[in-house]
Amino acid sequence: MNQPLFSFPGGLHPAEHKAESNAAAIVTVPLSGRYVVPLRQHAGNSAKPVVHVGDRVLRGQTLAIPDGRISAAVHAPTSGRVVAIEPHPVAHPSGLADGCVVIEADGLDEPVAMTPTTWRDLTPEALRERLAGMGLVGLGGAVFPSHVKLQPGQTRIETLILNGAECEPWITCDDRLMRERAAEVLRGAEIMRHLLGARELLVGIEDNKPEAAAAMRAAAGPDIKVVVVPTRYPSGGAKQLIQLLTGLEVPAGKISTDIGIQVFNVATAYALQRAVELGEPLISRIVTITGQVARPGNYEVRLGTPIEEVIQRAGGELPGASGHLVGGPLMGFDLDSPRAPVAKGVNCIIVTSPELFPPHPTAMPCTRCGLCAQACPVRLQPYEMYLYAKAKNLDKAKAYNLTDCIECGCCSYVCPSHIPLVDYYRFAKSELAARDRDQQAAELARERHEFHLLRLEREKQEKAARLGRKASERLESGSVAPDDPEAARKKALLEAAIERARQAKEAAAPANIDNLTPTQQAEVDAIEARRKQAEQKETTP
Amino acid sequence: MITAIVIMAAIGLVLGIVLGWAEVHFRVAEDPLVDKIDKILPQTQCGQCGFPGCRPYAEAIAKHEADINLCPPGGEHGIRQLADLLGVEFKPLGAGKEPKPKAVAVIDENTCIGCTLCIQACPVDAIIGASKQMHVIVADACTGCELCLAPCPVDCIEMQVISENVNSWKWRYPVFPIHHEVARAA
Repeated sequence: MNQPLFSFPGGLHPAEHKAESNAAAIVTVPLSGRYVVPLRQHAGNSAKPVVHVGDRVLRGQTLAIPDGRISAAVHAPTSGRVVAIEPHPVAHPSGLADGCVVIEADGLDEPVAMTPTTWRDLTPEALRERLAGMGLVGLGGAVFPSHVKLQPGQTRIETLILNGAECEPWITCDDRLMRERAAEVLRGAEIMRHLLGARELLVGIEDNKPEAAAAMRAAAGPDIKVVVVPTRYPSGGAKQLIQLLTGLEVPAGKISTDIGIQVFNVATAYALQRAVELGEPLISRIVTITGQVARPGNYEVRLGTPIEEVIQRAGGELPGASGHLVGGPLMGFDLDSPRAPVAKGVNCIIVTSPELFPPHPTAMPCTRCGLCAQACPVRLQPYEMYLYAKAKNLDKAKAYNLTDCIECGCCSYVCPSHIPLVDYYRFAKSELAARDRDQQAAELARERHEFHLLRLEREKQEKAARLGRKASERLESGSVAPDDPEAARKKALLEAAIERARQAKEAAAPANIDNLTPTQQAEVDAIEARRKQAEQKETTP
Repeated sequence: MITAIVIMAAIGLVLGIVLGWAEVHFRVAEDPLVDKIDKILPQTQCGQCGFPGCRPYAEAIAKHEADINLCPPGGEHGIRQLADLLGVEFKPLGAGKEPKPKAVAVIDENTCIGCTLCIQACPVDAIIGASKQMHVIVADACTGCELCLAPCPVDCIEMQVISENVNSWKWRYPVFPIHHEVARAA
């Protein structure tokens, strides 16, 4: 336990509100009649459905496969019939509908054949292959596909960090998970270490969860270090936790693997353990239901259960409830429709009330007091970024490293003028991302247009050559009688056609074959040779 | 006096040779400004500017033959970037030019007769098909230029506005309803 402890700049200590929900044990929510499984529950591309309306599916059956590298599979939470594949409200800040597979449960909860693995016998490659279709994503909230994070990168991973900090107020699902299922979490972490070949395994837990830390310590082997870190938001941010535990700072624009560190949430380790040791894909997660509800606590919920139903299981909303927050109060967002289902990234649902979350006071002008800069854990200058984002001067905001902002909300929290700073950063960041997308689309269009022009030119040239050849053949074969004046006119026309073809060929010499490298020249030569052959073939029959 | 003239003449000769050599060896085949302008243009190749594609328009701007405010798909942001690059004043989009929401062309498969006219019109080769076969537009490659609409003899191509989805959704600019505050204060 002699792990030295470091620090990160800024941060704050808001009211914790953990006691409301961390006293009771995790409750498994009984089966629901209807599940709405979103096809996009992860960062990256939406999954591609492989089932059809009317199909009977079993628990754990693949509903949709990953589309592209950054994507994850989606599985059926229970057995039943697929009744629709359609847009449905989802837990997303936009409140927009997204593609979902709707399953009418048959109550039998019949599972597909799941094959447990003894992972120590498998090579990391074989194990990774098995995991790719398990739908595992980071359950801390970022929902990045785990199988991608478990690929070895260019830098060797020395340290694996298990993130049990759970720094955001109100949320206690990781706390309860570590208290009750520490052994499973740590077995999952061992599998991760096996996959990454990491030497060191650290577990970071905030000191407001002594029971969880004790349980993890009791379950941890001698080569796992459980480190208790001071309670300070946002210690659970991956980059902040790395800084706390190792003293290393992930450079701007880089990711933690570039400095040989990989971070996973404890819930992800637990899900990975189930996927490997039981062969069960990710079909359930633990969600904190808290705030203005009768029985706040942690509930193990099948993915796809409508949020309003989970709230009913928690005793229903108390009088005065005014809305729903998904995630914590600092980084979460307002839920548009409680009909939205629980997805992989939903770690906490807070039923709000005006007493618990008083309305935001009116924003006043920025006084440049600098409190936000002191609170920023990434050492940015929030007041400058705010001014430029407000003026929609995106380039300037980017120059102040807006893209390094982790949107933790510390600056908005401390702002004495009550400016919703993070709202401006989110706006500016998504505008920047959209601009990048447009730029890429323009680049593709330019390439395609240039090829289009090249193709037209080539076709013109080939047509001229073909006509010229035909004309010269007719001239030689003597099908045109010499003395006839009409024939002489035809002959002149043919000769003119041949001349035009020759000129077109000369004029249409490609402009981009000067100053070629030897390899390019070889490629061009090979293409020319093939074209000659093709032309010969065309003329011989 | 003579020495001075000789020295000046010698300097002139040397500089002349250097300049002449540079003219030959550092010659820029194409105006680099055209590339920079072309990079700002949205590459829809729609011809709404009156030039047959983005590159010809960029060339015309570089030669001061065209104004910078003729490109509706580039929008205000594009005009601002061009103004910054060329050091001229920003001006609003030219008369009669309206920016439209982004759209892709979609072929009605029941009506398409397979005439290939739209394929020939597409500046980015985004339409797949052959004579007397149904044509299909690759949505990812379509720039929404609308050049395929006019040639279609059966009017089976329709522009569909790309609606916002969860992936392309952007956080809104924060606005605060003032009337609420006023109502509360009153």
